[in-house]
Amino acid sequence: MEKFNKLTGNAIPIRITNVDTDMIIPKQFLKTIKRTGLGEYLFFELKFDQDGNKIDSFALNQDQYNGASILIAGKNFGCGSSREHAPWSIADYGIKCIIAPSYADIFYNNCFKNGILPIILDEETVAKLQDTAENTLNFNIDLEKQNITYVENNEQKEITFEIDPVKKKCLIEGLDDIGLTLNKSSSISNFENNQAKETPWLYGSKII
Amino acid sequence: MSAPKTLYDKIWDNHIVSINDDGTTILYIDRHLVHEVTSPQAFEGLRMSGRKVRRPEFTLATADHNVPTMDRDKGIADPDSKLQVETLERNASENNITYLPMSDKRQGIVHIVGPEQGFTQPGMTIVCGDSHTSTHGAFGALAWGIGTSEVEHTLATQTLIQTKAKNMCIKITGEVVDGVTAKDIILAIIKKIGTAGGTGYVIEYTGDVIKNLSMEGRMTVCNMSIEAGARAGLISPDEKTWEYLKGRPLAPSGEEFETAIKYWQSLATDEGAQYDEIVEIKADEIIPQVTWGTSPEDVVSIDGYVPDPKNASSDEKKISIERALDYMGLEPNTPINEIEVNKVFIGSCTNGRIEDLRAVSKIAKGRKVRKNVHAMIVPGSGLVKEQAEKEGLDKIFIEAGFDWRDPGCSMCLAMNADKLKPQERCASTSNRNFEGRQGRGGRTHLMSPQMAAAAAIKGKLTDFRDL
Repeated sequence: MEKFNKLTGNAIPIRITNVDTDMIIPKQFLKTIKRTGLGEYLFFELKFDQDGNKIDSFALNQDQYNGASILIAGKNFGCGSSREHAPWSIADYGIKCIIAPSYADIFYNNCFKNGILPIILDEETVAKLQDTAENTLNFNIDLEKQNITYVENNEQKEITFEIDPVKKKCLIEGLDDIGLTLNKSSSISNFENNQAKETPWLYGSKII
Repeated sequence: MSAPKTLYDKIWDNHIVSINDDGTTILYIDRHLVHEVTSPQAFEGLRMSGRKVRRPEFTLATADHNVPTMDRDKGIADPDSKLQVETLERNASENNITYLPMSDKRQGIVHIVGPEQGFTQPGMTIVCGDSHTSTHGAFGALAWGIGTSEVEHTLATQTLIQTKAKNMCIKITGEVVDGVTAKDIILAIIKKIGTAGGTGYVIEYTGDVIKNLSMEGRMTVCNMSIEAGARAGLISPDEKTWEYLKGRPLAPSGEEFETAIKYWQSLATDEGAQYDEIVEIKADEIIPQVTWGTSPEDVVSIDGYVPDPKNASSDEKKISIERALDYMGLEPNTPINEIEVNKVFIGSCTNGRIEDLRAVSKIAKGRKVRKNVHAMIVPGSGLVKEQAEKEGLDKIFIEAGFDWRDPGCSMCLAMNADKLKPQERCASTSNRNFEGRQGRGGRTHLMSPQMAAAAAIKGKLTDFRDL
């Protein structure tokens, strides 16, 4: 898995609540059999109108946010489908960190599988950071220290965040989940042997 | 004696393989459903790392999102859709996974196929790279949607690394009013708790109203647990569950079926078990529900009005209502039953089962779809289609002017050719009304099959009980 440790970059404010996975990556781009190349379709229907013209008011189309690596969004970000195409498109675009008051469950988990750090902060702080993002060039995110630092009006600012220690470790070390679980193969086999005794119908030979 | 447990606690405990040093649990996965959209990168991952599918016999694959719902003999026209379906077929074959192709009458939406084949059983853990996997909770199976990385993890290890969610109980009390369906109940639940209300929870739906629902109705309720933000939805299995499963191709049979029932009976939540959250909803207050906006929580009763942003409880809510009204092309305070539609979609894993089609046929019989309305009915599987035709429902639909199609996800998410054009307004029995969900610029109103059928006939949203 992709690692995440530290990041310095500018941030894009997306002032919408309940951003759903259809907004993040519309279904016409789910027909790929690859993980890569989805960045250009991120927020496609918010970026372009139905005739293919750029929608200037949308932050991703504004020059000041070019090269941004952080997204600051409203609550319940990533609700809807389980499509991992959502975090794939975000990561492929170059965004490695999201800041929002809350996330939908499946999307939140999918982020960690793709080296994206989803930070949770209270609504007021997120709203303030969205304002700050309009003027501040760089935010520093440090996962080890669990803080966000930036300079505003010549003043050094720091915001700390909480994160589940397990998820933190996974991101910092970029662990291969499957490899680690496969190391427990004998436990899995033991489980299967016991289960086959307790609930044998689950191990019937009837395959369609 | 051990502490009383909920249904969720029991299924969880029965599937612990081991607990990692970091406190996460390796949970065994009994069954895995696979479709073409979220699986190609997972199989590719296995190939790249030289890993094998651990339990192909616990895995069932079918194509549903991309398949055409008409002219199937011509194959799939869109080259990307075609490649995705062919990739699934190849991956299934290379890994000895049972695959139901478009030509098989058992093909359909994964969440309809699983229960139909008896693949879904009480007490199981079931996953699929699809958020509506929560549907299978209707059988008292712990079932949830996963991303592609976890699809790969499941294929390789038949387990997932999980953290336990909290227990929520949603109790529906009282009695339902005549004409109120499972869809109205779940929409009313989402209206009450919101699309993030269930985040971090597994919801168990309880109360006589839930017990009295058919298996089909229970699937409709559990299906939309994800729209309430929950990881999964559960309903305690009972006689109706055994009755539904009996004789299904993959269900246990004979003496083993009786043994299984004893085990399934032991899964019910113990008296005195603690839920972290309890929500009560009075059934008597629910009448047919529809959505007006672009989030499944934007729910209103059919006798209600489009909300006015001026009355919003917060600035944030005001902005969100304004955005939704603008997208939906609606004016505040418009009576809901004056909203005109030009499309109707009946189908999906929420409402594409035989019971749904029977309900629609009762409305459709002897009536006509209004001029200028295109109304399509897409059965959830080939077997649903076959059953409907056996009962003569197709003739009623066609006679009334409905477009009777082949099975698939179709216009629920519009990945195949079935989609709304910009500004088209659709009465839909599906599960999501997000911007662009049924086609770019398309406007979706979610409702029950009866309500969608009535909208087809009237050309506007209407209380089907008044027809």
